[in-house]
Amino acid sequence: MDFQYLFELLCGGIVKGSIYALIALGYTMVYGIIQLINFAHGEVYMIGAFVAFIVAGVMTLSGYSGLTVLLLAAVVAVIYSAAYGYTLEKIAYRPLRNAPRLSPLISAIGASIFLMNYVQLAQTPDFLPFPELVPEFEFMAPIERYLSSADLVILIVTTLTMAALTVLIKYTRIGKAMRATQQDLVMARLVGINVDRVISATFIIGSVLAAIAGVLIASRTGQINAAIGFVAGIKAFTAAVLGGIGNVPGAVLGGLVLGIAETLGAGYISSAYEDVFAFALLVLILILRPAGLLGKAVKQKV
Amino acid sequence: MLEVRHIETFYGNIRALKNVSLSINEGEIVTLIGANGAGKSTTLMSICGVTPPRHGEILFRGEPIQALSAEKIVTLGICQVPEGRHIFPQMSVLENLEMGAYLRHDKAAIKSDIDEVFGRFPILEKRRQQAGGTLSGGEQQMLAISRALLARPALLLLDEPSLGLAPLIIKQIFEIIKKINDESNTTVFLVEQNANQALKIADRGYVMENGAITLEDRAENLLANDQVKKAYLGI
Ligand SMILES: Nc1ncnc2c1ncn2[C@@H]1O[C@H](COP(=O)(O)OP(=O)(O)OP(=O)(O)O)[C@@H](O)[C@H]1O
Ligand SMILES: [Mg+2]
Repeated sequence: MDFQYLFELLCGGIVKGSIYALIALGYTMVYGIIQLINFAHGEVYMIGAFVAFIVAGVMTLSGYSGLTVLLLAAVVAVIYSAAYGYTLEKIAYRPLRNAPRLSPLISAIGASIFLMNYVQLAQTPDFLPFPELVPEFEFMAPIERYLSSADLVILIVTTLTMAALTVLIKYTRIGKAMRATQQDLVMARLVGINVDRVISATFIIGSVLAAIAGVLIASRTGQINAAIGFVAGIKAFTAAVLGGIGNVPGAVLGGLVLGIAETLGAGYISSAYEDVFAFALLVLILILRPAGLLGKAVKQKV
Repeated sequence: MLEVRHIETFYGNIRALKNVSLSINEGEIVTLIGANGAGKSTTLMSICGVTPPRHGEILFRGEPIQALSAEKIVTLGICQVPEGRHIFPQMSVLENLEMGAYLRHDKAAIKSDIDEVFGRFPILEKRRQQAGGTLSGGEQQMLAISRALLARPALLLLDEPSLGLAPLIIKQIFEIIKKINDESNTTVFLVEQNANQALKIADRGYVMENGAITLEDRAENLLANDQVKKAYLGI
């Protein structure tokens, strides 16, 4: 057995999986609080990538390069996506808060299609080349076979982001309010938590994570188009279900498992079937462990 | 202090409260008794803004509150310990208490209030890092009451605090309620099916049937009332 090859695949899988995890967190956090699958989440990620593309393009033209551009593009992308996520909830979901469960779900699908087409019309349906912003670090040369410089940046950023999220959920006032709302919505209101504000905050945080993921993936794959949100969204949703939807550590685990499974499948069997492995894994988990890897009692809600 | 005037609350098309009026004076313990499904919990949830009434008005210290949001009503000093306790199951005992003080910002005073809770209920201190959902029923009820007190309410609403507890614990819970009322001058509105014990600590009581108030009187009169005796005291 070629262990070097296996290790190479594992590294690739972890990098990919950590990005899935970042997007999956947005699905899982929203679901945890309002039991809604926010199908438009993938589009928020795509918008993040597009905004970063535009900022990076302008900055590159004005002579900047490298990590400075990446950082600034990411910051602008995060702000844009957060605004989109916040607005999306206000317009597409809040008016349906007390409607039958199917209504917000359909609204989510509608919002997803709308945003994708909107970007397609406003920008272009074609693939656009995303500039290479991460320089080749010299110290990465010896292990470049396993991990490129861009991969290293991805791992560092995702790790830091998840650590920040953990601290936010565990220790801050809004984080505690989010947990309380997730665990008992009526009681949350009775202790004086403004549940609407908590829901808005959840959408904003999820969108920030998605935007970061969008910038990272765009700078790794080197190209974007208006449809990338669809595939990434479905993959990340798969990851969230895999880990147990509504469960925050589960989303991270699900993302990593999915990323690794895909890369191993592609590396050992055929890269043409990458997506097939992802969804086969989803079906398998749903049969064997319907609540997901870390999911507990199944709540009977759509 | 609290004036409920002719409220009607609906679940969809079902009218759960019919022309309910009641009043609670500062410093009193007032109890509301009634059978299952009478509308007791709905009354409390209507006062708290969780299921706002469709008609009628609710005045707190003279100001109408029936249209305010639930969190605004908490700010005014009305806190509820809901039926079934509603402990945040995955939060620790300490975090549950802190959530009670969610709207307060006086850190030092919160800390001393929590110490006071631990002084009153040493078992909660022993379990301070344990997940709330793993406590026993009696411990959860003590935690739920303590959590509500951390908001320093002027009016405390309690929904069947004795539900599902052993007689000895029930006795303790009623003693605690009396003590809260005596010591911190907290006004108490107590919903109970345990009519006997509730009427013993209460100043006044209301009886509810099918969503309407059917009787109101001083507690000692209700205890002696034949109708009440037959229906709620099992005598
Ligand atoms: N969420 C709801 N949706 C529809 N109907 C409800 C809802 N909650 C309560 N009801 C109905 O309203 C009526 C009053 O219920 P409520 O819970 O206020 O009674 P209760 O007096 O507190 O009873 P218990 O002693 O069993 O707690 C009941 O007929 C009940 O079925
Ligand atoms: Mg009740």
